[in-house]
Order: sequence, then C-alpha cells, then structure tokens
Amino acid sequence: MAKEFFAGKLADVINWGRKFSLFQYPFVTACCAMEYMATMGPRYDLARFGAEIPRFSPRQADFIMIVGTVTERQAPILKRVYEQLAEPKWVVAFGVCASSGGFYQNYAAVPGIDQIIPVDVYIPGCPPRPEQVLDGLIMLQDLVQRGQGLSYERLRREHEKIKALKAARA
Amino acid sequence: MSQLALAKLKEAFPREVLATSDYRGDETATIAREHVKAVCRFLRDDPDLQFDLPVDLTCVDYLGEEPRFEVVYHLYSTTKRHRIRLKARVPEDDPALDSVADVWPGFNWSEREAYDMYGVRFVGHPDLRRILLYPEFVGHPLRKDYPKEGRQPLVRREDPPQ
Repeated sequence: MAKEFFAGKLADVINWGRKFSLFQYPFVTACCAMEYMATMGPRYDLARFGAEIPRFSPRQADFIMIVGTVTERQAPILKRVYEQLAEPKWVVAFGVCASSGGFYQNYAAVPGIDQIIPVDVYIPGCPPRPEQVLDGLIMLQDLVQRGQGLSYERLRREHEKIKALKAARA
Repeated sequence: MSQLALAKLKEAFPREVLATSDYRGDETATIAREHVKAVCRFLRDDPDLQFDLPVDLTCVDYLGEEPRFEVVYHLYSTTKRHRIRLKARVPEDDPALDSVADVWPGFNWSEREAYDMYGVRFVGHPDLRRILLYPEFVGHPLRKDYPKEGRQPLVRREDPPQ
C-alpha cells in the first residue's frame, strides 16, 4: 500500500517535470508555420511553458506538432516520423488542415491526419492565433500531468494482447 | 511595339498560325500543334523578338469540345520588353505535341506538370515523369472528368489509427 502510494507520487512528480520540458518535433508543411513562428517568438513566447526547444530528430522529441496541410504523398513520411518518436509521445494537429483537411477536399490532401496517426490535441483555426496554440499546449500539459494520451492507450492495448497470448499459451 | 510580334509571326508562318487576337495589347496566337516547336524557336531567335523568358506553360481542359485540350505558353522578352501568348489545341485521342524544353530549359518542369495534371504528352521531353504526384497515382486529376474527391491514399487507413 505504502509502496503504491509513493510510486504514484513519483509518477506525478515525473509527469510534472515532463510537462514543463516538452521537446517538440515541428512537422511544418504549410502556411500555419507563420503562426507557429509567432508563437515561438518573444511576444507569445512558448518558452514560458517550457516547450521552446524544437528537436529536428523525432527520436529526441516528446510530441509532434503537425503544422499545415498533409498531402497524400506526404502521408507515408508523416507515419514514419510518428513511428520514430520515442514513447511516451503525443500528437498535436495544428490548424484546420491538419485537423480535418480544411478547405482542401480534393485528390491531393489528407482529410485530417487522424486518418493516419492518432491525434491527442486539435488546434482549430485557419491559421490558429497564437493564443489558441498556447491553449492547445496547456491542454497537452494537462494530458501529460495526468499521464494520459493515445500512445499510453496503445501501449495498454498491446500489453493486453501480450497477456492474452501468454494466457492462451499457458 | 505592340503587335510587332504578331505581325512578324504571321509573316513568317502564314499557314501555321491559325488565329490571332490582340485585345488591348494582349497578343495571342493560336498555332497548329505540329508547328509549335518551330514557332517557338523562331520567337526566341529572331533578333527583333528575342523572347528569352519562358513565363508559364499550362493546359486547359475544354471537356466536350474537340480538340479537347489547349496548351498555353506565355513568353516575355527581357530585352525588348514585350509579351506573347501561344495556344495550341490538342485532341483527346492523341494528346501529344512537341516538347519545347530544349528551346527554353525553363519549360522542363512546366511540361512535366502539365503531363502530370492533364496527361498531355510532350514528345522529345528529356524526362517526362510525374512531378507533383506520386508514381502510383492513376489518372490525371485536373481533367474535368476526374472525380472531385478521387483520393488514392498511399497509407492504409485504420480506424482508429494505430
């Protein structure tokens, strides 16, 4: 009982530290990048939330921010980059194109990246204002603090699968 | 200055130039597709014309008309400072005409784009591959009879995505 209590507290502390040092991987494909830059700049200053360091290798990042339209041709690359992110990982769809395809309802654009990879936080807007981006980041921090996220859920599903396999073998 | 290019063109190619218009200095010549290359070479090399800048090459799909496609060339002369527009109609059953990528190398990628989007073949092009879409794509999406949301995904769609 006491052990579980302290393990739970330790996870809380780790998650608290994690949420204020989120390293991001900016997957920047389109015009939303301008608002992304504004959010990173001194006026809105993402550094206040500890997420100021973009990592240009997915292996060093905590979450991926898809900033802009993803085309069908880009989709396999996005999927590969997502798979390369280290666990635990989160996904932020930045702007309406990443969230739903936006006004690109045609042969070229993916109608929402959630058809390809699981998305934790959607930031609407075309493009979203920096305040919206900060709001999205705070929502993401909430998820991180609570130890939630779709990558955790996938891991849980996979553990259950392994458990079921082991039980079937026994 | 205006209309000089059209006048010279009509003089040099009386039969190949099918029609011209110069509404408000907007000089346009429609050319039989077999002679596009010769006309382009003339426009580039003639000392009075010197069209040295390939501005744009694109295509229009007039679905229901015959010939169906129209390839459009926009040219500019940086020394003489005048423009001209060339048009050439291309039929649907044999959508092909001569490449001008060796006249102006700047049209290399434009021709690949027109091929990608409309399926017009440019005979003699050094590397006529799709330029914007992926090689697995079937059809040509800017044709009017291509379905509006005719998606051809490369990634298998899962529900929910893993």
